[in-house]
Amino acid sequence: MEILKSRRRDAQKVWKEFSDGAKTRILIGAATCGRAAGALDVEKEFAKKLAETGLADSVEIRQTGCIGLCYAEPLVEIKRPGEPSVLYSKVKPADVKKLIDEHIVGGKPVQSKAEAVMSDAEYMGIKPFGEHPMVSLQKRIVLRNCGIIDPTSFEHYLARGGYEGLERALSMSPEEVIKEVLDSGLRGRGGAGFPTGMKWSFARKSNSDTKYIICNADEGDPGAFMDRSVLEGDPHSVIEGIIIAGYATGSNHAYIYCRSEYPLAIERLTLAIKQAEEAGLLKSELPNGFKFDIKIKKGSGAFVCGEETSLMASIEGVRAMPRPKPPFPAVSGLFKKPTNINNVETLAAVSSIMREGAAMYNSLGSEKSKGTKTFSLAGKIARTGLIEVELGTKLGDIINKIGGGCADGKHFKAVQTGGPSGGCLTAEHFDLPVDYENLAAAGSIIGSGGMVVMNEDSCMVEVAKYFVSFTESESCGKCVPCRMGTQHAHKILEKICSGKGEPEDIERLQKIAFTMKQSALCGLGQTAPNPIVTTLRYFKDEYIEHINAKRCPALVCPEMVHFSVAADKCRACGMCARACPTGAASGKPGSPYSIDAQKCISCGACYQACKFGAIVRQ
Amino acid sequence: MSSKYKEILGKYANARENLVSAMQDIQESEGYISPEAVKEAAEYFSISKADLYSVVSFYAQFKFTKPGRHTIKVCKGTACHVRGSGSLLSALEERLKIKEGQTTPDGRISLERVACLGACALAPAIVVDEKVHARITLPELEKILNSLD
Repeated sequence: MEILKSRRRDAQKVWKEFSDGAKTRILIGAATCGRAAGALDVEKEFAKKLAETGLADSVEIRQTGCIGLCYAEPLVEIKRPGEPSVLYSKVKPADVKKLIDEHIVGGKPVQSKAEAVMSDAEYMGIKPFGEHPMVSLQKRIVLRNCGIIDPTSFEHYLARGGYEGLERALSMSPEEVIKEVLDSGLRGRGGAGFPTGMKWSFARKSNSDTKYIICNADEGDPGAFMDRSVLEGDPHSVIEGIIIAGYATGSNHAYIYCRSEYPLAIERLTLAIKQAEEAGLLKSELPNGFKFDIKIKKGSGAFVCGEETSLMASIEGVRAMPRPKPPFPAVSGLFKKPTNINNVETLAAVSSIMREGAAMYNSLGSEKSKGTKTFSLAGKIARTGLIEVELGTKLGDIINKIGGGCADGKHFKAVQTGGPSGGCLTAEHFDLPVDYENLAAAGSIIGSGGMVVMNEDSCMVEVAKYFVSFTESESCGKCVPCRMGTQHAHKILEKICSGKGEPEDIERLQKIAFTMKQSALCGLGQTAPNPIVTTLRYFKDEYIEHINAKRCPALVCPEMVHFSVAADKCRACGMCARACPTGAASGKPGSPYSIDAQKCISCGACYQACKFGAIVRQ
Repeated sequence: MSSKYKEILGKYANARENLVSAMQDIQESEGYISPEAVKEAAEYFSISKADLYSVVSFYAQFKFTKPGRHTIKVCKGTACHVRGSGSLLSALEERLKIKEGQTTPDGRISLERVACLGACALAPAIVVDEKVHARITLPELEKILNSLD
C-alpha cells in the first residue's frame, strides 16, 4: 500500500536501532504480570543507578510485553551493541547495580541471574531462548511479537511484517480472503471452536447497509490471561485482524469489548487505534474504497458478557442478558444489524494467516484442530506463564515438559481446562492430544485456554464448589435452569464440604447437571455443571469420603480440618500468634504455643507462618 | 442540571449505547454512583431512574455506597483460589471486622472481591489502591495493611 511504503522504510530503521543499535538497551517486561512482580520498581532503579554512574545517555530503557515466562518475573533483557541480548529472571532492585557493573559496563553477563540469550547460538555459556525448557516445544504465531517488541511502537510492528496481511487481503476479493481463512482451518479461539471462515461467510452473505465486527476481549474465565497478554504485548496484531475481518465480511464499523479489569490492555489498544488512524489505516479510505473504524467499549464486570448475545446487549446499553438463537448475530446482531464476533486470539491469528498464507497455518495442529493455541498455565505448576503450542500437543508435555510439573515437589492431581465452563483432567490423560475433539471426549473443553493445575493439597469437591459459586454469582438470572440450578448445586456442595453431606446428594447433583446442560438458555448455564460432572467422574472417591467419613482428604474444607500445635516442634517464636487473625493461636515465650479451637476459623494463617512445621493439620 | 455531572454527561450523545460508558466515567470521578447521579443521568438519557438503575446494578463493577480511602480487592480467580486467596479474604474480614463489599466504619478501607485480574501466574494477587501485589502471603498482607494510613 502506498500509504505504508515510506512508513515501512522508517520502521526498518527504527527496528534496527532498537534491536541491534549503537546504544546499550535494557528491555523491561512490563505487562500486568511483570508490574505485579515489581518490574516498574526495577525500571526506576535502573534509571536511578544509570544516572548516578553517568550512563543515562548511553543506555536506553524500554518496555515490552509478556514473553510468557511469568514465573520468572520481573524479566529484564540487557543488550550491548554488537552482542546478543541476555534475558535475566527474577530481577530485584537490589540486583540492578551488579547487572550494570558487570554486564553493561564490564561486558560479562551475570550468570546467576541469566535465564537465556535471545539468539540462536549459545553465548558465554548461556543457552538460547529457543532451547529453554518452557520454550522449546512452543510454536509462537499469535505470540510472535509479545515480549519482543515495544507494544507502543507502530514501527516495531510494521518492521516485523505488520499489516502485510492486511495489504495482501486488500489485494484479494473478500470472498478470496474468506476462502483463505477457511483453508487455514482456523477455528474460534474463544471457546466454541467454530470455523472462523464459515462464520465470516455467513456475515458476508447478510445484506445490510451497516454491518459490525466485534472483537470479544472480555476474557472472563478466571485463570485465563492469554488475551490480556496479546492485547498488552502486541495490540496491532489484533487491530490488523479486525480490519481484515471487516473487509472480508463487508463491515465498516467495529467494537472492541474489553473488560475493565485490564486497564493496561485498554491503554495499549487506545494508542494502537490512534496510531492506525494516523497511518491512514482507519477512518480513511483505503486503496480499493474500503473504509473502517474501531471503537473500544469497556466492560463492567459481568462474566456473562463472554456470551455473544449478552455482549451485544451490553454494548447497546441494556442489561447484559443473552437471548435465544436464532436469529444468529450474522443475521441480526448488534443494533439488529448483521454482526460478526471473534475473539482476540482468533483475530491475532488472522493477521498471521493472511501474511503467511493458509498453508502455513494448516500444516500445524492435529487432523481437525489446525494451527496453534495459546494457553495460560497457572495454579500449582512449577513454571506458570503463557504458552503457545500446536493443537494436538500431549497434555503431559504441556504440564510436565513446558510447565515443569507440579511446584514444590508435590504430586499432580488434576488440571482444570476451559475455566468454569470446562472440566478437570487427570494424570491418566497425559497422553491425550490437546485439541477440540479429544478434550470434549474426556468431558472437558479447551475453552479460551486457561489451565489451572491442582496438586494433592487441592480438594476437588471444594474446587467444584468454587466454580459453581462463581457461575452462581455470574448467572444473569434470566433462565430458570441456570439461576436455580447453580444455586441448588452450590448449596449441596457447600453441605458436602461442611461435613453434612448425604449419600443421595451425588445423584441430586447429577440430576441438576443434566437438567442445566439440556435446558439452559446460553453457554454459561449449559456448561456451568461441567466442573461438577468431571470431578464426579474422576474424583468420586473424594465426594464419598466427604459424605461418609466426614473427612476432607486434602485437608482443605475448613469445617473438617483442625489445627493444633506439635509441642515437640514448637520453638515458641510467636509467628503463629502474630499471623492469627482471631487470636486463637497464643502462648508465652519459653513454652509451646497452643490453638484455641473455639476461636479458630481454620484459615491456615498459622500453618503458613510457622517455619518449623509445628502446626499440625488433621 | 447541576454542574456536578454536566461535564461528564455532556461528553456523550443522548444515545442508549453511551449509558454504561457515562456511568463508568461518573464512578471513576466520584468513586461510586450516588442517588443524585442516577437521577441526573436518567434525565440526561431520557429514561426512568428505575430503568437506569436496573442496567447499572446488573454490572458487578458499579458501587452505590461511598468507598473508603483505600480499597483492597482480593482476586477470586481460580489460580488465586487454589493458591489460598480464600484465607486472605477471611483474614482481612476478621482483621477489619467487615465483610467483603463493605467499608470500615471509620471510612479507612473498603474490602472487595474481584473477578480474575489476569495475574494468575503470580497468584494469589490483591489490588490495593490500583497497585497489583503478587504472591501475597498472610504476613505480607499484614505489612500492607499496616502501611495504609
